[in-house]
Amino acid sequence: MNERILSTTGPGQLTVMRRLGRRLRRNRGAGAGLVCLALIAIMAAFAPALTPHCYERQNLLNRLAPPSATHWMGTDELGRDVFTRVAYGARVSLLIGLFGSTGGLLVGVTVGLFCGYLGGRFDNLVSRFIDIMMAFPGVLLAILIVSVLGPGTVNLIVALTIWFTPTFSRIARGSVLTLRGKEFVEAARSLGAPHLRIIVQHLLVNSLSPIIVYFTLSVATSILVAAGLGFLGLGVQPPTPEWGAMVSTARHYLRDAPFLSIFPGIAIFITVLSINFIGDALRDALDPRLKSIGRPNAAHHRAQPGGP
Amino acid sequence: MRTYILKRLFLALPALWGAVTLVFLALHAAPGDPMDMILPPDLAGAAGEEIVARIRAEYGFDRPLYAQYLIYLGRLTRLDFGRSLRTHTPIVRDLARRIPNTLQLGVISLGIAASLGVVLGVLSAVRRDSWIDNSTMFAALFGVSIPNFWFGFMLMLLFGLYWRILPPSGFGGPLYTPEGIRHAILPALTLGLASAGILARFTRSSVLDILGEDYVRTARAKGLAERVVIIRHAMKNALIPIVTILGIQLGAVLSGSVIVETVFAWPGIGRYLVTGINTRDFPVVQGAVLVVAVSFVLANLLTDLAYAYIDPRVRYE
Repeated sequence: MNERILSTTGPGQLTVMRRLGRRLRRNRGAGAGLVCLALIAIMAAFAPALTPHCYERQNLLNRLAPPSATHWMGTDELGRDVFTRVAYGARVSLLIGLFGSTGGLLVGVTVGLFCGYLGGRFDNLVSRFIDIMMAFPGVLLAILIVSVLGPGTVNLIVALTIWFTPTFSRIARGSVLTLRGKEFVEAARSLGAPHLRIIVQHLLVNSLSPIIVYFTLSVATSILVAAGLGFLGLGVQPPTPEWGAMVSTARHYLRDAPFLSIFPGIAIFITVLSINFIGDALRDALDPRLKSIGRPNAAHHRAQPGGP
Repeated sequence: MRTYILKRLFLALPALWGAVTLVFLALHAAPGDPMDMILPPDLAGAAGEEIVARIRAEYGFDRPLYAQYLIYLGRLTRLDFGRSLRTHTPIVRDLARRIPNTLQLGVISLGIAASLGVVLGVLSAVRRDSWIDNSTMFAALFGVSIPNFWFGFMLMLLFGLYWRILPPSGFGGPLYTPEGIRHAILPALTLGLASAGILARFTRSSVLDILGEDYVRTARAKGLAERVVIIRHAMKNALIPIVTILGIQLGAVLSGSVIVETVFAWPGIGRYLVTGINTRDFPVVQGAVLVVAVSFVLANLLTDLAYAYIDPRVRYE
């Protein structure tokens, strides 16, 4: 099904995209998710224009003030405006979500494509290594990497890249293994196409749909994990506002100023929920078979966050 | 069956070795000096070269990497995880005290996840597109999208601080005491509800898958009651994918405990690990990560064995 959807080129491709667009439009969850995500992205991009406050400016005379007209989400333990910090925090979360998953996508898909295409000893060796990585709990791997390399945005992205690489690699390898023997690959090979062109133009293009679906879901997982690590103090370091770290600091004021933890938490929740809605709709649209008979997708549930 | 079990046990060994080696490599072969984790450079300067050299020798950091690796493996076979840098207690003793607490939490949350997830999943499949189905699937998506630490705080806020029905955090003792159960409810719910969501989604698709099979149609055609068709024919066959997810959730609960134990001040392995990271207690981090990683491998093994029990085809493969 997947390859049939995307293997057409030219005018056929347009129809495929149109059909995909129509299926997506019909899905109300996807629509709501897209609108929410767009709003969050706008909030991240135009944060300085949305708020007159600075996310770093402290006002110790106005600590833990409840939500009001001047401070929509109140102020934190140092008198900083919570709405401003939530808005700027969206930048960090979206950035980490996108870059962490893209890292895993680039490395994992490359490895998977080559493993599937080359086969033999190389594939055997790399696949065994991937198996071992998958036998290690993802969250723990991320915690271990960040605690060794030190906290910070770049190290967090490195940890997420390492986490997602095995799954992307498995998905790409699996697709290539089924496609390798198909006639169009044989045809390209017999026409003398170089290996790289076969891999990119024929194998990669036709394995795209499961990769796109997993990528969307991995962005959601990245944001959750980044927030979880931020909560443990292993994420982005202060004073940069980060949602997980905000909830972590707010726990000391849970009784007196619950709004401090409520707002950043809702921000994480809505962002992740929107992406999950889009991911689910994409899966249904790209592979309707999954919707109708709902066969569990091993690659997907492997990737579910280890609890964040 | 015995051959199958032996084969699975044998296959789990590389995973176990991999986990152990990954932990070693992460802490010993990562860029930078592992000594920096024990003694930050500014403190090392103050301590003087002699002391730094002594600590280096004590941990074997002055030897080549392969020698360090062999010593590390040798120590592991004797269950020697070293001593905590901060408290100087043997880490194996700390771990032994905490493992039952984490297990306790894991068992209850997995119980919540399994009962809620499977029941709601089956109901959704049987009443496809009804309000039960729609709301369960909606709730399941909510469950996987909520950050568990925040969900924990919200439960704590409502049940512990506003309504005061349950203790907001802490450990109340073993599960057979009423206090033990009361303290375990909130952290177990936090850990279990996300897994319940995932389980409900997969149970639903697994049951839907089976309900389209010929033998279910035959069972219905025979005039069997719908309840019998679902329980005797559909559920039995839908169990295999459900067990896979349950096994994966066992791992998820284990790693989720790192955050949930921190939220609820639960004295388990997860909190021990986080304390180790925050106090830069490198042997503690190593010991705790090893325990969780090895349990993860064992959880996968257990899942494989459960398959064989449920589905004879797997055994005779």
